[in-house]
Amino acid sequence: MTYLTGKNLFATYGTVPILRGCSVGVNRGELAVIVGPNGAGKSTVMKVLLGLLPISEGEVLLDGKDISTLSTQQRIGLGLAFVPQNNNIFPTMSVAENLEMGAFLRHDDCQATLDEVYTLFPILFEKRQQLAGQLSGGQRQQVAFGRAMMTQPTVLLLDEPTAGVSPIVIDEIFANILALKEANKAVLMVEQNTQQALSIADKGFVLVAGKNAHTGTGKALLNDDEVRRDFLGG
Amino acid sequence: MPSFDDVLNAFILLSNFVLLPALTYGAQLALGALAVTLVYSILRFANFSQANNMAFGTAMTILLTGFFQSQGWTISGFPTALLVVPLAIVITTICLLLTERWVYRYYRINNAKSITVVMVSIGVMFIMGGLVQLIMGPEQQIFADGARFIWTAREFKAFSGLSEGLALKTSQLTTILLALLAVGLVFYFLQKTKIGKAMRAFSDNEDLALLSGINPDKVVRTTWLLVAILTTIAGVLFGLDKGFSPFQYHLLLLPIFASVIVGGIGSPLGAIVGAFVISFSEMLLTYAYKKFFIYLLPTALEPDSLLQLIGTEYKYAVSFVILIIVLLVKPTGIFKGKVL
Repeated sequence: MTYLTGKNLFATYGTVPILRGCSVGVNRGELAVIVGPNGAGKSTVMKVLLGLLPISEGEVLLDGKDISTLSTQQRIGLGLAFVPQNNNIFPTMSVAENLEMGAFLRHDDCQATLDEVYTLFPILFEKRQQLAGQLSGGQRQQVAFGRAMMTQPTVLLLDEPTAGVSPIVIDEIFANILALKEANKAVLMVEQNTQQALSIADKGFVLVAGKNAHTGTGKALLNDDEVRRDFLGG
Repeated sequence: MPSFDDVLNAFILLSNFVLLPALTYGAQLALGALAVTLVYSILRFANFSQANNMAFGTAMTILLTGFFQSQGWTISGFPTALLVVPLAIVITTICLLLTERWVYRYYRINNAKSITVVMVSIGVMFIMGGLVQLIMGPEQQIFADGARFIWTAREFKAFSGLSEGLALKTSQLTTILLALLAVGLVFYFLQKTKIGKAMRAFSDNEDLALLSGINPDKVVRTTWLLVAILTTIAGVLFGLDKGFSPFQYHLLLLPIFASVIVGGIGSPLGAIVGAFVISFSEMLLTYAYKKFFIYLLPTALEPDSLLQLIGTEYKYAVSFVILIIVLLVKPTGIFKGKVL
């Protein structure tokens, strides 16, 4: 049993079944990636774990407790944080205000968490008064990660963090993700950059048509002939 | 060359009949435009009932003013309307929250298209207009009491020795001071308070705001509260200045929307600047400049006509024309708002 577990998940969009019994899971201090072809239901897994989409079967467990029936806001209160693929910052607000909004639900002093974020991403401290919308792609992603960290989450869900950014920035973003993992978060991400993502992941889930096609450590999947042939282009 | 006194007289004349009234009218429009902007950027629809909401807030103020006067609860020299404005704001807030609960909420929860909600707000506009007319009647009403002038034109002439006077009406001074205060408070609220920042976050990226745990109902309620404050104050200031009649308020919708679009849709600062662009254009284009040029030109060149570019009955056309020019030339408005 992992810290965050989605077990035997079924979900539909209207009448179209998207998830058909897939399972994912990640422990704290671990990085797990969900890969697979378009339409496999990768992002839907994220939505289901967050409660943005109801499941018809299966269960979502956090630290052993069933959270399947809780609302998104309640799950966020319990330590889940989500960084959406697009529009993951408040563009006309300053970096500092973006982070402050991340801590919206907290009533204690969040200066310590703020310091933690600034230590992890020093550039954000430098640019804290600047509007987030004026930053570069990689820096925006740091704002998005930082905002998600402000609730002091135990689990971070990242939806295609490298979508639409240049290769140099991708390296920077992957480095940031590893930093999140080192900070003892459970990190689960959906990624299109299969090869690169699997090479840094502790665990990988290859999804095909809403079901687990392959599961294993990142390295094992990279070396699996079938996975290489079907998803990595040889 | 005109003498120094002539130039001064010409300037005072223009200030008295154009600049000061335009500043006052602009400040009133600005408050209304700011309310439209808040609803547009946070609740995401163009609120056509804004002008009629202003009429409602003013109607409540007039009723309360009458009651206070009948009870003798007045301060000599001070407009009673300003005493009762806080109460009128409370009533207007309740009224707007009820329209939210009974009307807009349904469309918000069902993620209705913005244009649908705009149509709904036109319905609210007619209901609100009808309601106000039912309560107040269609006639023009003057509800300003207390001292009419801070200083009169005559006092100014006696003081300055000039032949032109610059009068300062109580309604003009209160408009400018109260508008500054209200705008300052709204900006402070949005920039510095936690709920104000949450409103901006909600306006910026609604989904992410929800993911951050911002309570949408609280944001919506607070927005209507701010809108009610701005709406009531705008309506009362306009009424103190020009009297109250439901139809005249209804017509304010055009210059208010023109202000918002000229300034840049969704930009609070733009709404304010836009309001002054509209008010100054209206006043400058409908003023008869004959006397002004008599002061400035040599006797031989004295104009025979009134030198009025447009009759005052066409003043609403000015907003329309500016609106069309802006939409053609710079659709994003002065402050780069959204394009409709």
